[in-house]
Amino acid sequence: MNQAEKEAYLREYSILKNEGKPFFPYAVAKDAVMAAITIGVIIYLALMFGAELGPKADPTTTTYVPRPDWYFFFLFEVLRVMKNVPMFTPMATIGVPTICMILLFLLPFYDRSPERRIERRPIALAAGLATIFAIAFLTYSGANTGSPNSVDMKPPSSFTAEQVATFNAGKLVVGQSGCLACHTIGDNGNNGPGPPLTHIGSIRSAAAIASTLRNPTPPMPSFKGLAQQYPQKFQNLVNFLSELQ
Amino acid sequence: MPRLPAPPLPKILQPKPKRPGEERNGAGPVSPVEAGITVVDWIDERTSLSPALRWLLFRKVPRGINWFYTLGSATMFAFLSQAVTGVFLAMYYRPDASGGAYESVRYITDDAFLGQFVRAMHKWGASVMIILIFLHMARVFFFGAYKYPRELTWIIGVTLLILTLAMGFTGYLLPFDQRSYWATIVGVNINAGGPLIGPYLADFLRAGPEFGATTLSRFYAIHMLLIPGAIVALIGAHLYLVTKLGISAPPWLKVNAEPESDQSEV
Ligand code: HEC
Ligand code: HEM
Repeated sequence: MNQAEKEAYLREYSILKNEGKPFFPYAVAKDAVMAAITIGVIIYLALMFGAELGPKADPTTTTYVPRPDWYFFFLFEVLRVMKNVPMFTPMATIGVPTICMILLFLLPFYDRSPERRIERRPIALAAGLATIFAIAFLTYSGANTGSPNSVDMKPPSSFTAEQVATFNAGKLVVGQSGCLACHTIGDNGNNGPGPPLTHIGSIRSAAAIASTLRNPTPPMPSFKGLAQQYPQKFQNLVNFLSELQ
Repeated sequence: MPRLPAPPLPKILQPKPKRPGEERNGAGPVSPVEAGITVVDWIDERTSLSPALRWLLFRKVPRGINWFYTLGSATMFAFLSQAVTGVFLAMYYRPDASGGAYESVRYITDDAFLGQFVRAMHKWGASVMIILIFLHMARVFFFGAYKYPRELTWIIGVTLLILTLAMGFTGYLLPFDQRSYWATIVGVNINAGGPLIGPYLADFLRAGPEFGATTLSRFYAIHMLLIPGAIVALIGAHLYLVTKLGISAPPWLKVNAEPESDQSEV
């Protein structure tokens, strides 16, 4: 906006303001209704859904799937989508959000046109809608794909139906157990400190894998607890790993 | 003592003029209403607060203000609700990672009178506030209300948005159950991967290179002192600017070529 446009705006605005009504009580009345609705909704949600408390934090297990609150799903989702390209991972996490934040801060400085009606600001309209859809989509898929720990892999087509079933069941346990924090399986997970497990089935027997899981060399945590509490899950895990040929 | 001029209230809210017979002659006990007015006058004589209040309350808002304009104050009320419920939670919460934090939240949830209700209000209030702040921002964006002269209001608003999200992040660790612990570890590690200040930010949050005993009290201090203080101050600045500059008119309103007031005078 140049000087003339600024002055024109201020002149027009002061007329519109003078035609208006006092803030109290006219605007305050609407604000009060809205405040009552807000508090009402919060109380309703609190009564309907309560607040649960999970098991106590245990730094010695890695058997927990980290889940943020829903309004951070879109950030986790960005991380999950970009993690397959290691070069992009720092970009995906702080990089992209930082850039978005700077763009948001500077909005009044690069959008300088005096036009305020949204139907006459096609670029702003498109950018606004695109942002809303992107965040909604990322939140939705973040809510559905679980954590950045899940294994994204298809069983080989040569498998029988039974093998496919154990493969999928074990894949789930791997995701829940946090193995990917230290191992890669296919394109998933961090490379190190543990060795890649992509072909572990052809290197070690199922019995050797099971005994490693029970009595590993540090820093790998022991999964003895899993074997005792959920033998079926543990069996699925071992079967899955030995299917990784 | 000089009396204040009457505020421009609508008819129904104005006090009715006294009927001729009702006149009291200064004798007799003071009515509670008049005593209240005397107290207000007394305070005002010493503080001169009332011009500020009139400036805040009896400023004009352009005609055509609609329900979308209530989203900002609704965000503020959600924040106030968080502040009140947060104070009650702080009366029972102990930021002790080695035993105490989880147990105190368990006590709030299971035993304290209305504890679970207050905790649930605080938890769901956070989501409501986040939704409202995004809706408020969307209304400001689509109405073009961030343009001249309201750029600074917008910048303060973005800071408030970031601080509100930071409240969500720091608060999530406090119950110290598995979910909050592991989500926060991942969150801090994400920060550590960021450019430039990333590793320093992560170290600051963890209170060291490892997630340790002081991490929890650090999150607690950030969550209940540092950020809320900053939010209160910034909301003050935000509202000062909104009042000073006037709330923007709906963008579709145009000034009539002949202002109505002129026609009525003819
Ligand atoms: C804290 C990191 C960490 C986690 C979590 C972890 N591991 Fe490991 N794992 C290691 C390290 C380090 C080694 C190598 C130990 C050694 O040198 O003997 C290893 C070794 C192994 C081996 C033996 C590899 C070989 O070549 O003999 C297997 C199998 C294995 N891990 C499976 C798993 C599974 C399955 C999970 C999840 C249930 C898991 N690990 C979770 C760190 C980890
Ligand atoms: C804690 C969070 C916030 C609170 C309590 C708050 C409060 C308010 C209030 C009460 C108003 C008056 C008008 C209205 O309600 O629409 C307002 C206006 C405004 N807000 Fe916010 N706000 C917050 C966050 C934000 C954010 C995140 C932004 C944008 C990034 C923003 C930008 C603005 C702007 C530009 C105005 C002026 C609008 C106009 O004059 O029409 N605010 N805010």
